[in-house]
Amino acid sequence: MTTPPNVPLEPHAVDPHAFDNPVTGASQLLDSAEEVHVGLTLDAVRPPSEEEILTVENLTVEFPTEDGLVHAVRGVSYTLREREVLGIVGESGSGKSVSSLAVMGLLPKSARVKGRILFRGDDMLKMSARRQRGLRGRKIAMVFQDPMTALNPVHTIGDQLAEAVLAHELMPRKTALARAKEMLDLVGIPQAEARLRSYPHEFSGGMRQRAMIAMAVINNPDVIIADEPTTALDVTVQAQILEKLLEVKDAVNAAIVLITHDLGVIAGMAHRVLVMYAGRPVELGDTDSVFEEPRMPYTAGLLGSIPSLDKGSGSARLRPIKGTPPSLINLPTGCPFSPRCPLATDVCRTEEPPLAETDGGGHYAACHHWDRLAAAEDPTEFFRTESETVA
Amino acid sequence: MTLSAQAPGPDTGAAQGMTIVARTQAQMVRRRFFRHRAALAGMIIFGFVLLLSFSSIGFLGIPGWWDKSYLATGALVNQGKPTLSVVPEFLGGSGIGLGEHPFGQDDIGVDYFAKTMRGAQQSIIVAFLVAIVATSVGTLIGAVAGYYRGKTESVLMRFTDVMITIPVLVIAAVIGRRFGDSGVVLLGTFIGLVIWPSMARLLRGEFLSLREKEFVEAARALGTPARRIIFRHILPNTVGVIIVAATLSVANAVLLESALSFLGLGVQAPDTSLGQLINEYRTAMVTRPWLFWWPGIFIIAIALSINFIGDGLRDAFDPRQTRVRA
Repeated sequence: MTTPPNVPLEPHAVDPHAFDNPVTGASQLLDSAEEVHVGLTLDAVRPPSEEEILTVENLTVEFPTEDGLVHAVRGVSYTLREREVLGIVGESGSGKSVSSLAVMGLLPKSARVKGRILFRGDDMLKMSARRQRGLRGRKIAMVFQDPMTALNPVHTIGDQLAEAVLAHELMPRKTALARAKEMLDLVGIPQAEARLRSYPHEFSGGMRQRAMIAMAVINNPDVIIADEPTTALDVTVQAQILEKLLEVKDAVNAAIVLITHDLGVIAGMAHRVLVMYAGRPVELGDTDSVFEEPRMPYTAGLLGSIPSLDKGSGSARLRPIKGTPPSLINLPTGCPFSPRCPLATDVCRTEEPPLAETDGGGHYAACHHWDRLAAAEDPTEFFRTESETVA
Repeated sequence: MTLSAQAPGPDTGAAQGMTIVARTQAQMVRRRFFRHRAALAGMIIFGFVLLLSFSSIGFLGIPGWWDKSYLATGALVNQGKPTLSVVPEFLGGSGIGLGEHPFGQDDIGVDYFAKTMRGAQQSIIVAFLVAIVATSVGTLIGAVAGYYRGKTESVLMRFTDVMITIPVLVIAAVIGRRFGDSGVVLLGTFIGLVIWPSMARLLRGEFLSLREKEFVEAARALGTPARRIIFRHILPNTVGVIIVAATLSVANAVLLESALSFLGLGVQAPDTSLGQLINEYRTAMVTRPWLFWWPGIFIIAIALSINFIGDGLRDAFDPRQTRVRA
């Protein structure tokens, strides 16, 4: 069975006019219901090269707290190739944000970070603070979740964009502002010249996130870390922002680490996907391969719990994953997903499976029983609820 | 793929229909400030005092419109009684006019109007110097302590605590005794170096909360150096607090200078200040009360009006303030 689960993704299904002009009023809301496919898909942008620019090796992050040591990230490894989009999915507390903050060097001082973070072969954790700061914003940039709070309320957008340039390069302010205007044009903010003088509160949510994207790419970075870039936005502008992100990435030749809990976003945006659970990567592979043939019950469960808008599909009922993620202070022995896993056996409760290659194609999973998922016709069927069988 | 094609031309309709009339923060602050009646009155009174004191006897060698000096003695006229008259003739008075010595003369015949004006000038200069110095030092120390936290904060704030425990008047008295006769500029600067701790505490609190804001993290993610984050990203967000605290410290400084001079530790004769005048003529209260009242009135006017201005600014900068003052 190869039918992908019906994810309400389609990040490109927006009205072309809405995309052109983010300040139009309500009319675009109505138009967008027509779902016209426009713009960019992942296939349309330049494909990733083989060169690895960011390598994370066995990254662990721990926070000492009064209740004990919080194991926020436990051994994350991944590589990011030039121009690649790597999606990191997981629920709250799975360590996806913390691991990328570690890459940015933005964790609080109390955090204990171990492992290696190689940017073009240089270990960022061993670098001097000065060199690390030189990379931040210039080579590795970040798009934050909430553009409301991530922009400084007392400076104009133009000043803030120029500031991002001036933090790394000495140049006349005029030159920096000209560059800022160019970037606002690039992210599709109309009347860029006038908008440079606007304050963040005069922008709509979508425009603010565009400005954030402009700020992230203004120094031509090699890696953009986007931490849930659309979570704080209206559903109608989410697709526009994602598409813009792809377009901008292509323009500056950057790779993206896209952190989200929205599988739909990943499906339309990422070349590869890393699924995290309880601070550990549990599945890694090409997006298509992970979505169509999940080899870890957690991934299968996530896919099964997405509501389907496709009326024709077999089961209308959601198949939720029961239970909650474990506490990161007292982790259970064995596989952390075993208490919630319908496939769990004794070995799962005693031995934590490593992230190992499954049936080829660069598809890795951390599961003792990935072969049972491979054999199943519908990998989400293990999560079928009793009420569903009654119905 | 052409990127520029995505950017719509200026005539794409939406732009014209959606002209946003947003007020900048400065505009909103101005608006709220001018609705605050006491603050407005304070500003008018303070402006009047400022204008009167500096234009009447002149400043820094520039002559003013008042022809008498605060140093030159003269013959006592009518026992030095004030000639200022504000009661019109039809009400039985002697008409509205300044006369020869509107505020009277002191015991050796110096024009008391000129003397009071000189005193007001000196008091205002000291007050503003104190405010500027205290605000700069306090802001710097508070900002650094609040932003860096850890050891830096501990050292700076313990130092601040020590400064706070020593009574201001005692330190100021020592300073005044040492520098009082070397001019108001030194006096003001040194007093400012004593009263910064409250400002530092205020700013530290502001920085502690602002440093956790996401826009600061975003600035850090852009690789902005710490110095730039403090001064370019966080400090502008505290402008309201700083302006208000600085204004109120001007009023405090006027009173502190007066207190010092009253104790004979501030500005020394032959130069003069409002506090010194009061000290000098406190015994004349019964016999020649004008020598006591004029400088007193000016101290009250300056301190009160600046306090009102500060009050108005505090309300104006407070975004939660929605009540419209009628």
